Amino acid sequence: MLAPDLHTDPMVPVLARVTRRIHELSDIVTFEMEVDGWQGFAPGQFNMLSVFGVGEVPISISGPLSDRSKIIHTIRDVGPVSHALCALRKGAVLGLRGPYGAPWPVEAARGRDVVVVAGGLGLAPVRPILYELIENRDRYGKVTLLYGARSPREILFAEELGQWRSRLDLGVEVSVDRGDEHWHGHVGVVTGLLRAADFDPANTTAFVCGPEIMMRFAANGLVEAGMAATDIHLSMERNMQCGIGLCGHCQLGPVFVCKDGPVFDWAFLKPLMAVKEL
Amino acid sequence: MSGAAAKAGPVVIDAGGFDALIAALAAEGREVLGPVKRDGAIVYDAISGQGDLPKGWVDEQSGGHYRLSREGEAYFGATLGPQGWKRVLHPPQQRLWRTEGTGENTGIIAEPLDTAKRAFIGVRACDLAAIAVQDKVLTEGLYKDPHYAARRENLFIVAVNCTRSAATCFCTSMGTGPKADKGYDIALTELEGGRFLAEAGSAAGEARLAALPSAPATDAQAREAEAGIAQAAAQQRRIDTDGLPELLKERPDHPRWSEVAQRCLNCANCTLVCPTCFCTTTDEVTALDGPETERVNRWGSCFTMDFSHVHGGAVRKGAKSRYRQWMTHKLGTWVDQFGEMGCVGCGRCISWCPVGIDITEEAAALRGSGG
Amino acid sequence: MAIHGLEALLRDHPRFRGMPEEFIRAVAGCGKNVVFHKGDYLFHEGEDANDIFMIREGLVSMEMDAPGAGPQTFLTETAGGMLGLSWLIPPYTWTFDARARTDIRALAFDATCLRDKCDADPALGYAVMKQFMPVIVERLHDTRVQMLDLYRARS
Repeated sequence: MLAPDLHTDPMVPVLARVTRRIHELSDIVTFEMEVDGWQGFAPGQFNMLSVFGVGEVPISISGPLSDRSKIIHTIRDVGPVSHALCALRKGAVLGLRGPYGAPWPVEAARGRDVVVVAGGLGLAPVRPILYELIENRDRYGKVTLLYGARSPREILFAEELGQWRSRLDLGVEVSVDRGDEHWHGHVGVVTGLLRAADFDPANTTAFVCGPEIMMRFAANGLVEAGMAATDIHLSMERNMQCGIGLCGHCQLGPVFVCKDGPVFDWAFLKPLMAVKEL
Repeated sequence: MSGAAAKAGPVVIDAGGFDALIAALAAEGREVLGPVKRDGAIVYDAISGQGDLPKGWVDEQSGGHYRLSREGEAYFGATLGPQGWKRVLHPPQQRLWRTEGTGENTGIIAEPLDTAKRAFIGVRACDLAAIAVQDKVLTEGLYKDPHYAARRENLFIVAVNCTRSAATCFCTSMGTGPKADKGYDIALTELEGGRFLAEAGSAAGEARLAALPSAPATDAQAREAEAGIAQAAAQQRRIDTDGLPELLKERPDHPRWSEVAQRCLNCANCTLVCPTCFCTTTDEVTALDGPETERVNRWGSCFTMDFSHVHGGAVRKGAKSRYRQWMTHKLGTWVDQFGEMGCVGCGRCISWCPVGIDITEEAAALRGSGG
Repeated sequence: MAIHGLEALLRDHPRFRGMPEEFIRAVAGCGKNVVFHKGDYLFHEGEDANDIFMIREGLVSMEMDAPGAGPQTFLTETAGGMLGLSWLIPPYTWTFDARARTDIRALAFDATCLRDKCDADPALGYAVMKQFMPVIVERLHDTRVQMLDLYRARS
């Protein structure tokens, strides 16, 4: 006899419908979508999104946290599938599987200072953390968001960053690699902002998301600041075809990034990242 | 079906009994698959009796070499062909779903599960172990491959204990053979004169055996079977697995990886013939004449460049890192992931490597300081 | 502000943490508190590098001016940051402009005074060098990462 769970096929998507399309930057689009029966997600998880006739890619969930009536994805147009995704309009139908992956251990940061370091599009996967921190602000100590972007024109969620900056209970600093005549903020790598950040390294949890080189530098900077490697969490990117540990593509040494991660701590990742082409 | 331990002692059946077994399995509505000789190799295909078996053929295997030749009168003298049972249970191509209609009216039609009943005849101990390895990967994690699980669910397995090994075999070192010790419904050991010593490994197997014309095995026949298995064990090469997982993970920059990379063609043959390699790549297949589309899983290989593609390019660009990934996974990180090694010692990767790279030789070399 | 006030500021500064007390006194002896208003230049490219600045508050941009394009900011420094490495090596000339993007409070150390003290007391010189070397190395590392243009789209 076939067990009942054999009939539920995790590779078959459900239909999602785009309810809102927000043009963020020249190559980045945010979509709000609806899915029947969506039960919410934990910050750091991702969905596999399908454009029929094109293919499927993993995309982190950038919000919202408590409103289960919609799912938000922020997508950069970099490959054939993400290009087709970015071209979707309001009302379009796409395929969705998820949510998958081990989330950011935000619970572990309760009662502690929190430092979030994000670079480029890496702000999208950490945005739900900010929502949680703001929603339950009294449960956390000092909260610092350090964000690095390529240029002032390529700052993601600029309006929301502005709102967060204006709050007295959040420390938000934005640095760009290259300024322009209208930019009055920091210029330089995001890790440079760590040196002036105010947090208690012995009692801080850090969440880092961005290009891998930036994450390595940020993690090293946080350790230099006195943090334990086990308190520093990074979100990894590898090739994912299934998202559920069956296709084998996303292996990083002993783990499958899709199901064991994508979030891992620096104590685990550091020796793996030291191996070229692992 | 495999599972419940059998109580009855071994029996001996002859070629007629074997045919009766095949007929009985077919009468249950099973597709019966066993070894046949085709295109100069042993492949698994439909059989209707002992007449379809490659009787009187043996295989000669070494690095990059496979030949069949005439020798003796055994039905199961030839050991392993290029493909194991993975080809049936976890096929090279598996449709996942297809769409009907477009836009608002898009329907996603899941691919029906393959619930066909099958019997595998002549499963060697290493391949039994490989099936168990894939069971663990594809059906015992948080998420299951329902297509694999369905095929696996309706399977009757007749194992054959090896009384002869190819030079590429190393199941003894891997602890998986040459005698099948679990995971089968019936296990056969071929005796002189075209007879088989048969043991049940499950209640279903016991019931099947009981219905066949047979005689209880004599002590001499039991000894003959054991001697045949011992002979197969003695014919094998060895691999020292002691501490191997840690050693491989600790030596990602061992010079041997660069040396083997100079020989490796990145052809992916080893991953295709490996009975435990489970990786798949998902493809979109669109109809030329309409909006319908389907999603298909195909065997993937960590030896291809696009396997590890992330934005910007492949993570594993060089042959060194790709061979290292494959071998370290097989013999090292598989243990972290699934609690056992992903190598069963079948030796197919050695025979079917066009340049004869030998995983046992590489493992031994990686123990040394290299250079 | 009295000299001992400067000593306290130095002692609390991460760059000078752990530096022996006599060195703190020697360094503080060359320093003074300075204020710049938003828009002021701390120094210009080509001028003598007479001071080292330790920012206490505010944001300073390091710029090079390009005809037509105007000031090109390549780095900013904020509270806790050091400004100016050119005082360390001849010909002691600034290689960029430094502009106050906000009102600035800073400590300025007289470079000639500090160089003279370091030349006279190699132990002090070595200690001071150890405080400045990390700034140089960090700048170098950060510049490399900046040059990699990490956030560009790569398909």
